[in-house]
Amino acid sequence: MNAVSSIPIWAAHLWLVALLPLAGAALLALLPAQRLAARLNLALAAAQLGLILALAARGRGPEAALLHLDALNLPLLLLAGVIGVTTALYSAATIRGEGFGPRAGRAYHAAFQVFLGANALALLAEDLGVMWVAVEAATVATVLMVALHRTPASIEAAWKFLVLCGTGIALALFGTIALALAAQPLGEGGATALSFGVLRQMAPEADPRLLSLAFVFLLVGYGTKAGLAPLHSWLPDAHAEGPMAISAVLSGLLLNTALHAILRARAVVSGNPEVLPPGALMLAMGLASVLLAAFALWRRRDARRLFAWSSIEHMGLASMAFGLGGPAALAGMLHLLGHSLVKSAVFFGLGRAIQIKGSQRIAAIGGLAESHPLLGWSLALAILAAAGLPPFVLFASEVLLMQQMVTRLPWLALPLGLGLLLAALALLKVLQALCFGPGRAGVPPPDQRHWLGHPAAEWATLLPLHLHLLLALLLGLALPAAGLALLTEAAGIAG
Amino acid sequence: MVFGQLSYDMAHLLGGGVLLLSFLLLYQRRIAAVITAFAAQGAVLALAVAWQAHAQGAPALYLTALLAGAAKAVLIPLALRRMVARLGLRREVDAPLGIGGSLIAGLALVTLAVTVVPPGAGPVAAAAREDLALALSVVLLGLLMMVTRRNAISVVIGLLSLENGLVLAAAGVRGMPLVVELSSAALVLVLAAVAGFFVLRLRDDLPGGHPPLDLSLLHRFRGERE
Repeated sequence: MNAVSSIPIWAAHLWLVALLPLAGAALLALLPAQRLAARLNLALAAAQLGLILALAARGRGPEAALLHLDALNLPLLLLAGVIGVTTALYSAATIRGEGFGPRAGRAYHAAFQVFLGANALALLAEDLGVMWVAVEAATVATVLMVALHRTPASIEAAWKFLVLCGTGIALALFGTIALALAAQPLGEGGATALSFGVLRQMAPEADPRLLSLAFVFLLVGYGTKAGLAPLHSWLPDAHAEGPMAISAVLSGLLLNTALHAILRARAVVSGNPEVLPPGALMLAMGLASVLLAAFALWRRRDARRLFAWSSIEHMGLASMAFGLGGPAALAGMLHLLGHSLVKSAVFFGLGRAIQIKGSQRIAAIGGLAESHPLLGWSLALAILAAAGLPPFVLFASEVLLMQQMVTRLPWLALPLGLGLLLAALALLKVLQALCFGPGRAGVPPPDQRHWLGHPAAEWATLLPLHLHLLLALLLGLALPAAGLALLTEAAGIAG
Repeated sequence: MVFGQLSYDMAHLLGGGVLLLSFLLLYQRRIAAVITAFAAQGAVLALAVAWQAHAQGAPALYLTALLAGAAKAVLIPLALRRMVARLGLRREVDAPLGIGGSLIAGLALVTLAVTVVPPGAGPVAAAAREDLALALSVVLLGLLMMVTRRNAISVVIGLLSLENGLVLAAAGVRGMPLVVELSSAALVLVLAAVAGFFVLRLRDDLPGGHPPLDLSLLHRFRGERE
């Protein structure tokens, strides 16, 4: 192995994963033909997945400037690649149901690719500054997508998303600057001053009060993006008002990327023993989110908002798992991966059901298993998986988290158990209402009837849904030894 | 840098000026005056960043100063002013906490900022810490403006002013990498907020829009009351 000459190729490979979608976005922004654009969108997502798989096959290489690949971001990146492809497939089949004009269609596809590229960049970044810029770009792209319908509700949702997440990431930037200041007297400054590696080396000697200040701002800032309480209220509206495919990538990718940023910050500051305990802060925010969502889930009438609240609950659980640390961090990794797969599967099935029935109110969708047996039963399976029932992966991660909580912080096990139980029951109640309740004749909007019955539309919904469920099943039951080793190593970095 | 040195005193004078203008933003009762105060804050911020560029010998910071000055002292205030005139917005600030109440809360936040950024001994230079405390105060006052004002335009200006605090913080850290990239990206974000505000107002002018648009939007969940 001549490592020296392979560094530039390796670095180019890392950058290409992030930059290919951005270049594709420029092309898509100019392409007026919507069907062609949808296919190109799918091809670009597939190319990105191919690049990511090639990265994984190469093993971990040397650090490139500003980017890196380690055990923590590799699984998240693979997941992002897979969900990018399945969502692009779903989007290609159902885009006509959104009723976009040519301009909105161009903006939609371009923003989709900008999001995929920025998200990959945020995961790969080895530098807090680069990560912040990438998260910011991903935010602006998703805000644009949420606003695309231009209905009053969607513009309000986008405004709320922009103001709350804009504030959130502004606070994260302040945290970034405070971290740079804490590290400043110890290093020579310059281009690498915000690199995680450099910051981790500085942390033990840096001023603990500045580090604590920086971590609190990074936690609240990126926590807003991850949908953690108290600044979570953008999330249900953003999930409910954007195009259907966006709900899947918001829950599947954006929330994970934000939590990943918190984990990186935590890995830096926990090197200093005198700093405020970062794990305890993450536990507190996680528990608040879980309990809030567990109660809020019971009062929802809108199906997409309900599953968005369920995302808040699951991100809270993952945050608690990482906050507890040690073996529980493995539960956190499994939970992040499992939640993304399962939740986007739910949104695929639900999106199709909403288009068939012409409404996203839970009461209007009822009786799906009777009127559309294949879709109804598939959606039911996905909701069971999201409720944390065996044999899917969320069951495994929740059991592991609960077991760790009981042995290490027994007094927190009771509220956690209450949250888990309430949330699972709420999802089962909705499952009953959506899939097996009294049937209602659906009234799809007249301009959509001709293509809704098209076999391709059905096929492109069910294939991604079942692929995600299959992956969630594999993660839960038959995780290969190499995968387990990777996730354990990731948990070591994160917790 | 120690007290009594020109570079230290100037940095503090300009940073303090930005903070003072944050209070002035909270104090105004008329939207037009809020916009003027914001433009002044942008101008002082540009001077503060330019001074840091000179004091640290970091020419890249001049670019940040130029961008901040052009966007925040000139372009954004002009755009906001035109919007207010064209869309016929309410001209008074709607402050449920009252002006006096928000000033007192602001003072409390500045005290908090000075407390959490410890002055005194430590590896970080005293000047840099004090700059960070000033910047944190500006950030917190921006947040305060966002949560205590009802008009959407005040929320936007609060976010803009918060971002001024970030630029001030970034410029104060000697050898901060990517400072131009970070401050430009933050500028894109606030420009998106201004554009979003514009779209929102245009929507309100369409028939069937809601008449008064305010922060209660952020607390309400739509689609749950059918």
